[in-house]
Parts: sequence; C-alpha cells; structure tokens
Amino acid sequence: MGDNVAETGSPDHDGNASTHRSDRETLLNASGLTKRFGDILANDNVDLVLNKGEIHALLGENGAGKSTLVKMFYGSLDPDAGEISWNGRKVSINNPAAARELGIGMVFQHFSLFEALTVVENIALALPNPGKMQDLAKRVETVSRDYGLPLSPGDIVADLPVGIRQRIEIVRCLLQEPQLIIMDEPTSVLTPQEADQLFVTLQRLANEGCAVLYISHRLEEVKRICHHATILRHGKVVRECDPTKETAASLASMMVGADVASVSSGEGEAQVGQTRLTLQKLNAAAATPFATALNGVSLDLKAGEVVAIAGVAGNGQGELFDAISGEMRVSPDMVLLDGTPCGNKSITWRRKQNAAFVPEERLGHGAVPGMKLSQNIVLTRHSTGDRLVGGGFVSNAEAGNLEQRIKKAFDVRMSHDDPEARSLSGGNLQKFVVGRELDREPGILVVNQPTWGVDAGAAALIRQALIDLARSGSAVLVISQDLDEIFEIADRIAVISRGFLSAAEPAAQMTRERVGLLMAGGAETQGEVA
Amino acid sequence: MFEAVLLTVITAATPLLIAAVGELVVERSGVLNLGVEGMMIMGAVIGFAVANQTGSGSLGVIAAIAAGMAMSALFAVLVLFLVANQVATGLALTILGIGLSGMIGEAFIGVPGLDLPQLYIPVLSELPFFGPVFFQQDALVYLSFVLVAVVAYGLFRTRIGLVLRAVGDNHGSAHALGYSVVRVRFAAILFGGACAGLAGAYLSLAYTPQWVENMTAGRGWIALALVVFASWLPLRVVIGAYLFGAVSVLNLHAQALEFDIPSQLLSSLPYLATILVLVLISANRRLTLVNTPACLGKPFVPDR
Repeated sequence: MGDNVAETGSPDHDGNASTHRSDRETLLNASGLTKRFGDILANDNVDLVLNKGEIHALLGENGAGKSTLVKMFYGSLDPDAGEISWNGRKVSINNPAAARELGIGMVFQHFSLFEALTVVENIALALPNPGKMQDLAKRVETVSRDYGLPLSPGDIVADLPVGIRQRIEIVRCLLQEPQLIIMDEPTSVLTPQEADQLFVTLQRLANEGCAVLYISHRLEEVKRICHHATILRHGKVVRECDPTKETAASLASMMVGADVASVSSGEGEAQVGQTRLTLQKLNAAAATPFATALNGVSLDLKAGEVVAIAGVAGNGQGELFDAISGEMRVSPDMVLLDGTPCGNKSITWRRKQNAAFVPEERLGHGAVPGMKLSQNIVLTRHSTGDRLVGGGFVSNAEAGNLEQRIKKAFDVRMSHDDPEARSLSGGNLQKFVVGRELDREPGILVVNQPTWGVDAGAAALIRQALIDLARSGSAVLVISQDLDEIFEIADRIAVISRGFLSAAEPAAQMTRERVGLLMAGGAETQGEVA
Repeated sequence: MFEAVLLTVITAATPLLIAAVGELVVERSGVLNLGVEGMMIMGAVIGFAVANQTGSGSLGVIAAIAAGMAMSALFAVLVLFLVANQVATGLALTILGIGLSGMIGEAFIGVPGLDLPQLYIPVLSELPFFGPVFFQQDALVYLSFVLVAVVAYGLFRTRIGLVLRAVGDNHGSAHALGYSVVRVRFAAILFGGACAGLAGAYLSLAYTPQWVENMTAGRGWIALALVVFASWLPLRVVIGAYLFGAVSVLNLHAQALEFDIPSQLLSSLPYLATILVLVLISANRRLTLVNTPACLGKPFVPDR
C-alpha cells in the first residue's frame, strides 16, 4: 500500500475553486425528487444541479438522504416523484446499466467488489462490452498506471488491502468513460496520503470536464477539494454554498441545524494510574485467508487514560479486538488483565475482572437483531453483579430497569418501549451498545469503532462519555479509523498496520502526517525492530 | 474381469457426476438446493414411465429432464420469489419427490424396462481394452463428460459464468451493478433440476433398467456432498464421483469374496474413501475459500 504515497503532494485546486459556477455547463438537473420508504420520507422534493468539471459536495448527517439521492441518480432506486434531466434531456434511469450508458459511474461506500474474483473480472462485470479478458487486462493496466492508480489485473480482490480495492472501483468507473462520477465516502478507508492521491485524480478528472458528486463526512476535505456544496437535512435541501468560503464548523452546523457540542478532555494531563491491560508479544495466525495475522503486538493500558489505535480497516483491528475480548483465545501470557494472564480465558471471565467490550459490528455482533434491548443487556451483563440472573432465571424487571437507565443516559431514541435491536437506527443502536457497557462503569473498556456511522451529535456524546470514563479512573482502549476522533479523545496513540502495532506515543507528540506514515506500513517496520 | 469392473465403475459414477455438476452450478449462483434426491427420483420415475409408454428411450430422457426442471422451478419460485428458507424448502422438495414418485411408479413396479442402446464410437471403440471401457457406452455417459467440460469452461471462461460466480459471491454488489440476481439464480436452479432429472433417468434407463421405489437410494445426497467436498470445482467433482463409484463397486466384489470384515464396515468404505481423498485435495484452504460461494444459502431481497 505504501507505493505512490511519497511523491504526491497536496493537490492544487485554488485555480478551479475561483471559477464562477455559472460559467459551467449544466450536466445533470434534478428537480423535485421524492422517495419514500414506508413512513419515512427519505428525499423530499430535492433539487440539485451538477455542472461539468465541478466537484460537488453532498453533505448531511446520517439518514439525511444522501445515499438515497445518489442511488436514484445511479438507477438503483426509482424516485416516487420528480424528474432528472441529463445534458438538457429528460431521462429516466431505471437501472445501473442505464446509468452507466448515460455516463454515470459510481464508487460505492461499501465496495461493490467481488472478493473471490480477480481485479480484471471485477472490472469486466461493470462494462457492457468488456471484450476479451486479455485485452481488458492490458487496458486496465494502462489506464490505472496513467491515472497514478496502478493495479495488477490478475490479483484476487480478497488478497488486496482496502486502498487498492478502492482503486479498482475508481478504475472501473474510469474505463466506462463517465461524465459524472459519484463517490460515497471515498476517503473513510484511506490513509491521509492515499486520500491526497485520490484528490489529485479527482482534480484531474474535473479538469478534463468530468463532474464529481462527492459525499463525505470529512468537512476539511470538502473545503479543500469541492467547488460547490449542497446540504441535506431530513431529506430536504437546506442550503447550498461554496465550501471554500465556509469553515468546517459552519458546514457542520448547517448539516445538524444547530451548533455541535465540542468534546472536552477535561483539565490538564490525564491522571495515570497502574497498568490494567497488558498485551505481550501477542501473536495470532490469520484464521482465514482473508484475515490478518497479529505480529508481536505489545501494549500497556493504564488506569485513567484513553489509548487509541489508529489504522486503515482490515489491518488486524478485528483480530486484535477478538484477542483482547476473548472471542479468540491465545496463549495465557499474551493478554494480562491487572497482571493476571488470561489469554486463554473466556469473555465472561474477563467481564468478571471488570472489563467491558464493544465490538465493531453493532447489529449481529454487538447486539442480537431479533432480541429486545433488555434481552441484549442480559447477554453481556448476566454475570457481572447486576442481579439480572437469579437461580438460572432471568429477571426481566431488572433488565427493564437497566434498559430505561441506558436509554436516558445515552439518549437512545426508540419508537416504543424496549424494541427489538434491529428496529433501531444505526446511530441509536450504537449509542445503546456503547451505553450498555459504559453504564457498568467498567475498570477497563475496549471499544472498536465507537462512532462508526454515527452522526455528529451522537458521536460527540459517545466520545465525551469515553473521556469521562477515563477521567473517573478507568482504562479505555479505542480502536478507530477516524483520525479526527482519535486526536480528539486520545491521550496516547498507537497505529496498527498489517498486524503490527507501533508503540503508543503521547497524542501531543503525534501529527497526522506521522500517523499516516505509520498507517501506510511504518508501524510494520517499527514493530519488526521492536 | 478388470474391464468388467471398470465398466461398472463408470455406470455407478455417471449419475452422481451428472447430478453433482448440476448442483455445482446452482450453488455457484449462491443457492443451496437440498432437493437433489427428490428431483432425481422424479426424473427416474417419469423417465421410466415415458420410455415404457412410448417405447422411446430418448423421449424418456427428455421427459426426465423436464420433470427435474419442473421440480426445480417449484423450488425456485418458493426460494427466489417468496424468499422461503432454502434448507427447509430443499428438504421438502426431496420428501415430495420421494412420495410423488412412489405414487406415480406404483403401476411400473416389476415392469421390464427399456435399456438405452450402447453407442459405439467408430474406430476408437475397437481399441483393445480402452475401446470397450470408454467408447462402447450409452449416450448419457458421453453426455456427462461433455456436460462437465461445458460447465468447467462456461464457469471460468465465459461472461455468463463470470456473472454466475459474481452473483454467488456477492449478490448485493451484483444487484448494485445492475445484474438480475433472481433471473441468474432461476436459470441456475433450472439447470440443476435438468441435471438431476437426467441423472435419475440414467438410473432407471441405463444403470438398472427398471423402476424400484426409492431407487435413488441416497445418491442425491452423495452428489450434494461431492459438490462441497470438491470445493465447487467441476474437475474435482469428476474425481469424487469416480472415486465413489470405484470404491462402491470394489466393495461389492470384496463382499463376494467374503473377507473376514463386517459387511457394514465395507459398505461405509466408499463414503470414507471419498471424504478422505476430497479432504486431502482441498487441503489448500485458500483455494477452497476463494471457490466457496460466499452468498451460498443466503436469501436475497432487492431494495427497490
């Protein structure tokens, strides 16, 4: 992944941003688009104009309707009302093939790649007439090199890191010679250097006259590369603006409709106490060909501090979490809780040692979708002194009380009392699964992706709660891909890359550049030396 | 003697091979159809009945294929359009097939059957040893090899095969790219049904030209297991089917020789040998996982 990181600098965009928007030719004009899912109006009378050569940001909180809108442009959803005109002609885009024929390409947030297939097979699937595989492979090689996103066509996707996978998506788009590329959160899985590389490519596409519709939660990035922004709230367009003339904070408040609370890490230095969690040369072979092996991971987590582990997805975060929580058993001496070797102990044993764990995947892993919230509480807290189970029987009353308490403390919004976990929206469920463990006031908390897919307000609430827990004397380990989050809450930062963990360094001494280099493989060399 | 043994191996392996290759295509598209046994036995009874009534073996074979496809179409409607549970629906299809075939076949019990003619390939069939074994078979044996070759080539060298594998690997992405997951799967299920019906016809028209109730005797289940143990690779299915055929035939001969080994143990040999060999050849976990259809058995509901 480390290739072509070093030679790319910050892209130049000043020249374009100053061009008057009205000078550009209109490419796509959507008016009155409306889409309803059941009771929810996902898009309500949305108007949007995209111009040629323009990088257009689409901003909004989770559930504001951004994905719904672009899916209608890409033909994967049919609008209930409204129309789309393309190059001045009214069109109806009934399926993605029709969209591609018009010249609309899309890079998906959750990649639409086929892991078991090769790079060139993945690309062939998106082209109407891919021709012979050998010829296409050559074209893929040329075009990808040409745009500075080199790919080897014969690789199987499952073997490739996320950064490369995104290249496949982009090259797949480019081969269709699109006039509009839609990108849904493209940088959420990239290192800062890889993101810079992407911006250069986008800039080049815009200069060639291609329009880019860019969805991102990262407002600094939007300010840097986008010429125009449309802001959605609750399915409606609330504002349009020139993001270069705004601040990240003003963009955020337009999205939320109110000022976003900032997270405060309390007064002065963290009061660090004794070591609660120790990892000693933690090794674990990859369980499947698609998993990452852990290579000699060592870490001390002390009472009163927040340690954050940064890294691009798929570099061993899941495996590391599993080894700490006890989902994956390792040698006893590799994981110690308060000095007691417990690498081979069960998750319940560790919970009884006053540790708590919040896994990444909230639905299906953090919570059983078809069970009520109170039942989900019993599942993780049955033997940690909450009197939820007595004589083998579950106390529904106690579980219900806890559910009420968590609901109040973390502002979990639900349509009726004690619903099934699957009926909660992603952000609300995340507040619940984090709240369920925080409510115990555990001495050690390990949480993987605490605010993944959570909107700004809820994210601030969760981050504040994590900091408050640490300040009250607990040890908190946060695994996250969100660098903003990490710099906001961490006292020390370590970086995981291909299963190697760098030494945790005080956050004050870390810079984004350094974290980025470690993400791109620096942690590996450091880990090997250590 | 050896020639004769080899001939019986081929006849024992062919129905397994045909049914397994069909199921392989179905599973590659991401659908688990546990109804192979039921589709197979319907093919056997309908094939026998039509051949018996019309006196034409070819018509019997065609009818058997149609019967297998009809059964699979029922399965497809239930699991694709009504999104029924694939495991439960497949099991029900097997039970339905066994019951229905018993009813249809009642009139044909003890009726002498119609044996498919052997096809002698010119020149080649006159070769010593190889001639009789490989080139004096009935049409379905040749067809089974053509089928494997077509499926292997089609899966890995054509666009249709690529789309089929893509749908089985990630139906969400395939849908997002604009492929009709349901249509691809419907076609794959029908193909699997046709193969199972054909395999059934082989049993009642070539293997033992007669109708006996429950005559598939678990071969559909063995075909299902072969697909999994063969890591969804057509050529490995050939190895598995022939190995299973060979060991079961040897087993019969061994029992005739009256070794001092319990016959139950001998009867289990084909299963043990097949599992052992296929486990050994799938020791490469990476290859196995890459070839496992990731969406196997998962229901697909497009969000439109």
